[in-house]
Amino acid sequence: MNYIPNLIFLTLLSLSIGIFARNIKRIRRNISQGKSLDRSDQSGLRWKNMILVALGQSKMVSRPIAGFLHVIVYIGFILINIEVLEIVLDGLTGKHRIFAPLLGSLYDILIATFEVLAFLVLVAVIFFWTRRNIIKIKRFWKDEMKGWPQLDGNMILYFEVVLMLLFLSMNATDSLLQELDPEHYISAGSFPISQFLIPLFDGLSVDSLLVMERSFWWMHIIGIFIFLNYLYYSKHLHILLAFPNTYFANLNPKGRFAVDLNIKNEVQMMMDPSFSVPEGEVAPPEKFGASDVFDLNWVQLMNAYSCTECGRCSSVCPANMTGKKLSPRKIMMNTRDRLEEVGKNLNKNKGVFKNDQKQLLNDYITPEELWACTSCNACVDSCPIEIDPLSIIMDMRQYLVMEQSAAPAELNSMMGNIENNGAPWPFSNQDRLQWANE
Amino acid sequence: MLNVPTLSQLQSEGRKAEIVFWVGCAGSFDDRAKKITKAFVKLLNQTEISFAVLGTEESCSGDPAKRAGNEFLFQMQALQNIAKLDAYEVTKIVTTCPHCFNTLKNEYPELGGKYEVIHHTQLIKQLLKEDKLTIQGGKYKGKRITYHDPCYLGRANQVYEAPRALIQKLDAELVEMKSCKSKGLCCGAGGAQMFKDAEDGDKEVNIERTEQALEVQPDIVAAACPFCNTMMTDGIKNKEQEGKVEVMDIAELIANANDL
Repeated sequence: MNYIPNLIFLTLLSLSIGIFARNIKRIRRNISQGKSLDRSDQSGLRWKNMILVALGQSKMVSRPIAGFLHVIVYIGFILINIEVLEIVLDGLTGKHRIFAPLLGSLYDILIATFEVLAFLVLVAVIFFWTRRNIIKIKRFWKDEMKGWPQLDGNMILYFEVVLMLLFLSMNATDSLLQELDPEHYISAGSFPISQFLIPLFDGLSVDSLLVMERSFWWMHIIGIFIFLNYLYYSKHLHILLAFPNTYFANLNPKGRFAVDLNIKNEVQMMMDPSFSVPEGEVAPPEKFGASDVFDLNWVQLMNAYSCTECGRCSSVCPANMTGKKLSPRKIMMNTRDRLEEVGKNLNKNKGVFKNDQKQLLNDYITPEELWACTSCNACVDSCPIEIDPLSIIMDMRQYLVMEQSAAPAELNSMMGNIENNGAPWPFSNQDRLQWANE
Repeated sequence: MLNVPTLSQLQSEGRKAEIVFWVGCAGSFDDRAKKITKAFVKLLNQTEISFAVLGTEESCSGDPAKRAGNEFLFQMQALQNIAKLDAYEVTKIVTTCPHCFNTLKNEYPELGGKYEVIHHTQLIKQLLKEDKLTIQGGKYKGKRITYHDPCYLGRANQVYEAPRALIQKLDAELVEMKSCKSKGLCCGAGGAQMFKDAEDGDKEVNIERTEQALEVQPDIVAAACPFCNTMMTDGIKNKEQEGKVEVMDIAELIANANDL
């Protein structure tokens, strides 16, 4: 028996999984550059949220067309993975359609289902491509989408088309060989879709069919290995990170912004000179707010890697829709890109970050963007996987105000008024009850 | 004549209030918002409920400072207010401002201020349910009223139904804008934008929202936030619709319906 194909397969499989594992490790390391945040509470509710939002796609369908198409591709992806498992086992063992004898007639149903799904995925992907490239839906053509993000969005669709076509062609040639070469190709499977491809291959010799079937089979599985490793470089990473991202999402009311308790002690010391910091409590932080990815917490950094750039957030952002520079999606993309830059720096310098004279603020995100936010939470509400761009905007505002005193002049006078008269306007607090007598 | 007891008055008489009405800076100082404050007090006066205000002892909740990024100033305000509220042993607070509502309800507890905080539309709804207040219908019968969800009441705290239930009690026709409830569009004032010029763009947010409101051809745009009220009023003026479309707080609508 010839073991060379098995060995080649094993090598490719190990290589693919090895590189993928290395990339996942890097993502973990990069995310852990963020500050700690305890999200280990309410695990029951968190599981429920993940099952509903990530697994159940509950927020996708708020936009019915995109939501429906996405659910098709998503179900296709999940179920066709069963077929990938068989292909991997076939590749390792040198067998062909290893599940067929085990599953009997159920196998026919499975293969038929995969084919129908593959077809539906193809249709959905063509719709997606049309929406991006022909209809040019606005949110796919905003400034931050120029260049790689644009290409990436289409690349994923091309990958999917090629993989589905290879899968169907593989089945079409296989079903022909089941008649012509029953010794090597057991009669198994039912082919409701690929039967329509048979005319393309009909009349070819057994030898050519053999070459074609093997080529489709190999290209299909190698394509999947490549796609797996493409994830790291792509917004498509959301297919994995959507799960932890929804699990660790903020469960508080959206109006409740993080209260920095480290500051509380300092405020109390200022208000009451006799106040001393209770033992065991941390001193005030060295830096207020965020100017770089290191100042954000790990959930915010995971958010950045999870973003698939769909742009629903920016399309509902009041600032963005009225032509301001702020785009919540850009905030997430910038955070990810800066974190990737930091990651490469870490790779190069044996895991120790070497100051590169850059930061998230100004080099990626400008104060003008940050000051355009109305904190309305529309972006947070609209995200299908519960990413929170607003918390990053607020942390960066905090840095601008508390570290750099760089608030817009009108906000400085508003804050001055609050400090002096307890109201954002210059009215005397003694007049606070005047309305009752007017 | 309004009856507006303060907590210090009540204390000197050895009495306590069932609920504290947190008026807020807009409700205390802004001419338009003061009308909302007064309308709400008229409604409170109509009921048996014992309430009081802090009066000159009230100070900014700190919300605009926090949204502007000044956590330090926010906490100073919050800790001062908590000290006062606790000194009066306050347990329940009602406010006509969703920004005060949100920060008192969600951000004060971590700093030690734990109170039951409700929005005035919730209190009015509750008073109606308990028959402590009635709405005389008629005045707004058949009027088209669209309701603008304040971000800090709606998305931030999931209060969508109380204000709508009150509008329906007026026998008015509640018409929804294309973005409403959790999809409601901001008026443009939140996140401390009220106190600064908008960043450069091609449109003002309140104009965008006003256009959405005018699309459903309302007689009245109902608001539940003094800042939304200002933004929407400005938007209606900008569209030269002020003769046709009124912007009213829900407390004002109910006070009017009751001829208060």
